[in-house]
Amino acid sequence: MPKVFYTLPDGTERVVAAEPGDSVMRTAIRNGVTGILGQCGGELSCATCHVFVDERHAGEFPPVSEDEDDMLDVAATDREDTSRLSCRLVLAAGQEVHVTVPEAQL
Amino acid sequence: MSTGRLLVVGAGQAGAQLVSSARELGWDGPISLVGGEPHAPYGRPPLSKAFLRGQAAAGSLALRSAAFYREREVDLVLGERIVLLDPPSGTAVAASGRRWRFDRLVLATGARPRRLAVEGADLDGVLVLRDLADAEALARRLGAVTDLVVVGGGFVGLEVAATAAAAGVRVTVVEAAPSLMNRVVGAETAGFVEAAHREAGIRVLTGARPVRFRGDGHGAVTAVELADGTDLAAGLVLVGVGARPRDALARAAGLRCDGGVVVDAYSLASDGRTLAIGDCADLPDPTPGSDRRLRLESVDNAVEQAKAAATTLVGDPRPYRGVPWFWSDQGALKIQIAGLALAGDEAVVRPGARPGQHIALRYRGERLVAAEFVNAPADFLVVRKALAQGAPLSREAAADTSMPLKRHLAGRPA
Ligand SMILES: Cc1cc2nc3c(=O)[nH]c(=O)nc-3n(C[C@H](O)[C@H](O)[C@H](O)COP(=O)(O)OP(=O)(O)OC[C@H]3O[C@@H](n4cnc5c(N)ncnc54)[C@H](O)[C@@H]3O)c2cc1C
Ligand code: FES
Repeated sequence: MPKVFYTLPDGTERVVAAEPGDSVMRTAIRNGVTGILGQCGGELSCATCHVFVDERHAGEFPPVSEDEDDMLDVAATDREDTSRLSCRLVLAAGQEVHVTVPEAQL
Repeated sequence: MSTGRLLVVGAGQAGAQLVSSARELGWDGPISLVGGEPHAPYGRPPLSKAFLRGQAAAGSLALRSAAFYREREVDLVLGERIVLLDPPSGTAVAASGRRWRFDRLVLATGARPRRLAVEGADLDGVLVLRDLADAEALARRLGAVTDLVVVGGGFVGLEVAATAAAAGVRVTVVEAAPSLMNRVVGAETAGFVEAAHREAGIRVLTGARPVRFRGDGHGAVTAVELADGTDLAAGLVLVGVGARPRDALARAAGLRCDGGVVVDAYSLASDGRTLAIGDCADLPDPTPGSDRRLRLESVDNAVEQAKAAATTLVGDPRPYRGVPWFWSDQGALKIQIAGLALAGDEAVVRPGARPGQHIALRYRGERLVAAEFVNAPADFLVVRKALAQGAPLSREAAADTSMPLKRHLAGRPA
């Protein structure tokens, strides 16, 4: 099973076992990880699933699309080089991912 | 906090959010979430999109994991339809005879698809789309037909039309109003979307009304007959003409209903104690400054009203306020709407920065009240925020494409 390590804004970490094929966003919502809202259910319409992906995973996910890029530009928490919309981060079997949840999504 | 027994009837988008928020806010009594469908709460938006395309399995639609309910001690009861409610005595009865006692009751029963009262509406192959079972039937049949007629040019109908057309099915959309998505977007946006659907090979007939579905003599639909005599071949018909709130239970329980369970800004029904949320509720418009009443059918409303309703339950009531928003993915079109426009609101159409984009900002006098976007999700986010904060955007700025909307809204001098 894939595993996601969420570092929350208060510094605590939550580790969640995920289903392969689920996104980092969906895994958070399903398991009640706060701070990721995913208002649109993963249809790239809301930008409330912003996360910072740990640098060690650079290249593990498909590149940022034009829409995602534009949306990250206007995300509620300023974007960084490691910013992604987590509904785009689909987990493969056995994959382990470390992400940090930003202060605000709205 | 000692909070008593909470019963939530309807395990959909709103019900799932309500139990999550109630626990988060400290409701510590027993919670039962009872749903008539055999599935744990799931998201409906993919039913007309990714699920129909075969890109999302049924299991992937669940809104929360099984562990989520278990860990929060929410008793999720599936496949039980509540048929009787007695709020004064705190009793609910399911069709199976099973009973619940409750101290607080939340109705989150959603809506049912409206059907057409025309001849042949009950023929085999005339379908509606509301739940997973409907979507499974639609997906199965779509794979085997050449001609689909979609009756109703609203969100759900157009989403299915786009999905089917992309899969190679010949699709005709029949809409009675003069333009598509008539109640939700202005004529400019409707025109843009219609042109795009035509380009994708969908036949769109507006101002057209079906008067009869015809069968093959063995009970299966073969054609749709329109008021002007036009005859459309149809191996399959999807009727997407809106939804009716499921408020019969509430009405029978003596709660005021008026095309939905009538609630106030705290989601309280006419007895001042029962709550109703989501598609089944008739509520005060949450838009700041508005004093009309309405029904909203969207994920945004189901989730945000549920969150506000949870504050009522735990005795720290906050009124439900916010700028409603909607999205609809129709094939290559990502449509997003922020705010609620009224029929007379004028549109300032802003040319998109990229081909395929469309932005219409809706004005009531000089005030921006709503906005419609096609394939411009970042602009949507910026304007939604401006609407929520009441930040002004003049008509001139809206039409001025020398600067992105983001700059027009951020760049104002302090
Ligand atoms: C095909 C489709 C696509 C959509 N796409 C979008 C979209 O892209 N964006 C968007 O914002 N919105 C979309 N919507 C609308 C959105 O899904 C609804 O607004 C939302 O689901 C409403 O949530 P709800 O909890 O009020 O109702 P529902 O999700 O319908 O849940 C109500 C539940 O209560 C159950 N129930 C009813 N009566 C009883 C009873 N007596 N006893 C027990 N259980 C009962 C029902 O079976 C149902 O499971 C779409 C809807 C459909 C059908
Ligand atoms: S969940 Fe809405 S953009 Fe990711």
